[in-house]
Amino acid sequence: MSPLQFCLLLSSLLFCLGLLGALARSNTILVLLGIELMLNAANLNLIAFWRYGPHPAIGTGVIFVLFTIAVAAAEAAVGLAFVIAVHRHRRSVRLQEASQLKG
Amino acid sequence: MTIALLLIALVILGAAAAAMLSRNLIHSALLLVGAWAGIAAFYLWAGAEFVAFAQALVYVGAVSMVVLFAVLLTRQGATSAPVEFASWRRAVLGLVVAGGVMGVLFGSIMGSPLDVRLPAPPTGISVQQLGLLMMGPYAPALLIVGVLLTVALLGAIVIAAVDKPEDTP
Repeated sequence: MSPLQFCLLLSSLLFCLGLLGALARSNTILVLLGIELMLNAANLNLIAFWRYGPHPAIGTGVIFVLFTIAVAAAEAAVGLAFVIAVHRHRRSVRLQEASQLKG
Repeated sequence: MTIALLLIALVILGAAAAAMLSRNLIHSALLLVGAWAGIAAFYLWAGAEFVAFAQALVYVGAVSMVVLFAVLLTRQGATSAPVEFASWRRAVLGLVVAGGVMGVLFGSIMGSPLDVRLPAPPTGISVQQLGLLMMGPYAPALLIVGVLLTVALLGAIVIAAVDKPEDTP
């Protein structure tokens, strides 16, 4: 197994852990954390391909990861603001009880 | 593949699995901080120092604080009740879907001809090169990300703010 394959396996395992958290848990914050884990797994992939790609001197992968981190931070902030707003309306952070966002 | 990479992978996967399976929300958040720190260590190992420090600043520093605040603001009652799984059916279905995705990814990764041998040990990219790239070809993207972050954070404040019209004089 080459190091690139090891990195890809690591990132896909991390992605599946995030997927499991996003699918199997009912707490909204845990679902958001699972989505964050999936985004981080994608970043691991980008860095691995940059490191073992044919042109590591061109920093495309690094730049891409920096932008992804910025977008993920924005997503986390908006998502957690939604969690707080829904909790204020419904007194609950369970996803099943927030099936309707109106009101 | 070195011992360091194996250790980093163990830390990341162990912390992430424990966080996703933990029944205490605060434990989950703190374990995920460990996983994010492990990912930053992976970036350091791969030679992307700037990304590693950005990851440490954004995730270990900022996102973890936001998550902890959200956990504390949405607690029900004084007791910290354990957060159960939704139902056995949903947990099993989630396991099946995640396992299926893992199987597909595993098969495609192991089946791909990725055994490229590098001619020379790759060197990382310096911060100066990164800065030149950001200010040169990627300057529009940097501006767009800045606007996106501003709009998203303003939106987050508007969504989470308490609006009490009767309080205004």
